Amino acid sequence: MSNGLRNWLQSQKHTRGFHPSWILLVVAATLVVAGLVWIPASLVAKTEYDRLPASGAAAARPPAAQPGNIPAVNERPGAPARQGPRTLRVAFSPPQADAIPGGEFGAAVRLGRNIFNDTQTYARAYVGNGLNCVNCHLDEGRKADSAPLWAAFGMFPAYREKNHKVNSYEERLSGCFRFSMNGKAPPPGSKELMALMSYSYWMAQGAPIGVELAGRGYPKLKEPPQPPDAQRGKIVYEAQCALCHGADGQGTRVGGRYAFPPLWGKDSFNAGAGMTRIRNAAGFIHANMPLGKGGTLSVQQAWDIARYMNSHARPPDPRTARS
Amino acid sequence: MCLQADDMSTNCPPSRRAPVRPFQGGGRSAWRVLIAAALLLSAPARADPRAGAALARQGATGAPACMACHGARGEGQAAAGFPRLAGQPQAYLLKQLEDFASGQRKSPQMEPIARALGTRQRRDAAEYYASLPAWSAEAAPAAPPSPAGLGARLATRGNWDKGLPACFACHGRDGTGITPHFPALSGQPSAYTRAQLKAWQAGTRGNDPQGLMKSVADRMTDAEVDAVSLYLENPASGGRRP
Repeated sequence: MSNGLRNWLQSQKHTRGFHPSWILLVVAATLVVAGLVWIPASLVAKTEYDRLPASGAAAARPPAAQPGNIPAVNERPGAPARQGPRTLRVAFSPPQADAIPGGEFGAAVRLGRNIFNDTQTYARAYVGNGLNCVNCHLDEGRKADSAPLWAAFGMFPAYREKNHKVNSYEERLSGCFRFSMNGKAPPPGSKELMALMSYSYWMAQGAPIGVELAGRGYPKLKEPPQPPDAQRGKIVYEAQCALCHGADGQGTRVGGRYAFPPLWGKDSFNAGAGMTRIRNAAGFIHANMPLGKGGTLSVQQAWDIARYMNSHARPPDPRTARS
Repeated sequence: MCLQADDMSTNCPPSRRAPVRPFQGGGRSAWRVLIAAALLLSAPARADPRAGAALARQGATGAPACMACHGARGEGQAAAGFPRLAGQPQAYLLKQLEDFASGQRKSPQMEPIARALGTRQRRDAAEYYASLPAWSAEAAPAAPPSPAGLGARLATRGNWDKGLPACFACHGRDGTGITPHFPALSGQPSAYTRAQLKAWQAGTRGNDPQGLMKSVADRMTDAEVDAVSLYLENPASGGRRP
């Protein structure tokens, strides 16, 4: 066999049309081309992975995901080790409201959903403004990139800079009442908090615990080309937001209730709420506003509107306010 | 009250006090009164719903009586797909008449009628129909449940998997409209709602503010258009809060 090969090579060396070293050349060329394709491809895949939460979970989510079932997890084994929770490309789709079970637990879930969508009615005693949870957590707390409950539930207990301690999920919910709802925290174990926890747990069933799911919180928006500017923001606000939120930012009322929420002023979130961080607000606005046309504003416009919104007076932060 | 910018942890120092204090009565009320008075004097006389009622009954030169198509009480005509007008926001009705007159909104029936009406008459008619009783769940006739599943879900919850907000998110609880820009959908003949959604999809209707309705309609399938149009005809019958 090797003799045959050697003879063939020798014979080939003397023909004019072919030299055996060409084989080496072809192999080397193939390797170079393969490398040129593979290296950029792997770089692109890595970037995509790193910016998962901003990429819109709807796009990342295969449509066949079973509501509430164990999700398909495609973790990259070679991913760099991270501080804190891992980001996974997880196909998680929360169950539909029709799937809320019967019985006592189902009743708690249903109450939680009612509180969430109509906080003004179902948790009146703990609300100090005109908002409902669903104003910032769209689609009944289900929408990705709108701080969905199913992505928050599995992330607690967690340490929070906000109050310098480890918080339970229940405490996290209380924070919403205190700041975003400018009200007071329902007592631990109260039926309101239990209902909201039940609703969140029911929605998160099947999601992994302690991993940052794609679509959690508000997307981390790119830095704007120019520093955010309230004056520019005012112009975009009047063209894109005022239709529903009013030229004065005071929302639209129907029958004494806000059909569209006020963005500043006495009936809006207070100065301690997460939405007063323009990074959060810009991420929310870019992904979700105007309602039904999320993603149509430019990055710069979203930052400018967020700056403009948060340049107005609102109720003070209860941690620093003096009576 | 201090201006809180993006940093929620700041305890505002006195130097950062906001120059404007919106919760205290401003010293501008005198100006407001003056401006209001000037507006009242300069604006044409207020719209007259009684004149609008006469238009609705008898029509005007070049414009047949509104009620011939829109019903004796502005309830519309289900079979022909003529819309319900009763209880719609006045500003919405007026905008539609003006858009018909300018050709911004297309309709072989309504364009000549709107053009035949004067500015004043359009306002009167809009005022009249806005003053009529709106659709309400309590007053709605008990009907056999419509094919509620899909339609009810879209109306009350939307389908965010494809970026579709609930109809009622902008058209108000129970679809009764949000003055001034968002018309009532509930009680609207399904043929009308269906035709409008299709018109947005086709680009033959385009007078919605900010293209909001167009972007919603474009994401709907034919089946969804049918289901939601049927549901909205009488949401009271199909399980209002699924």
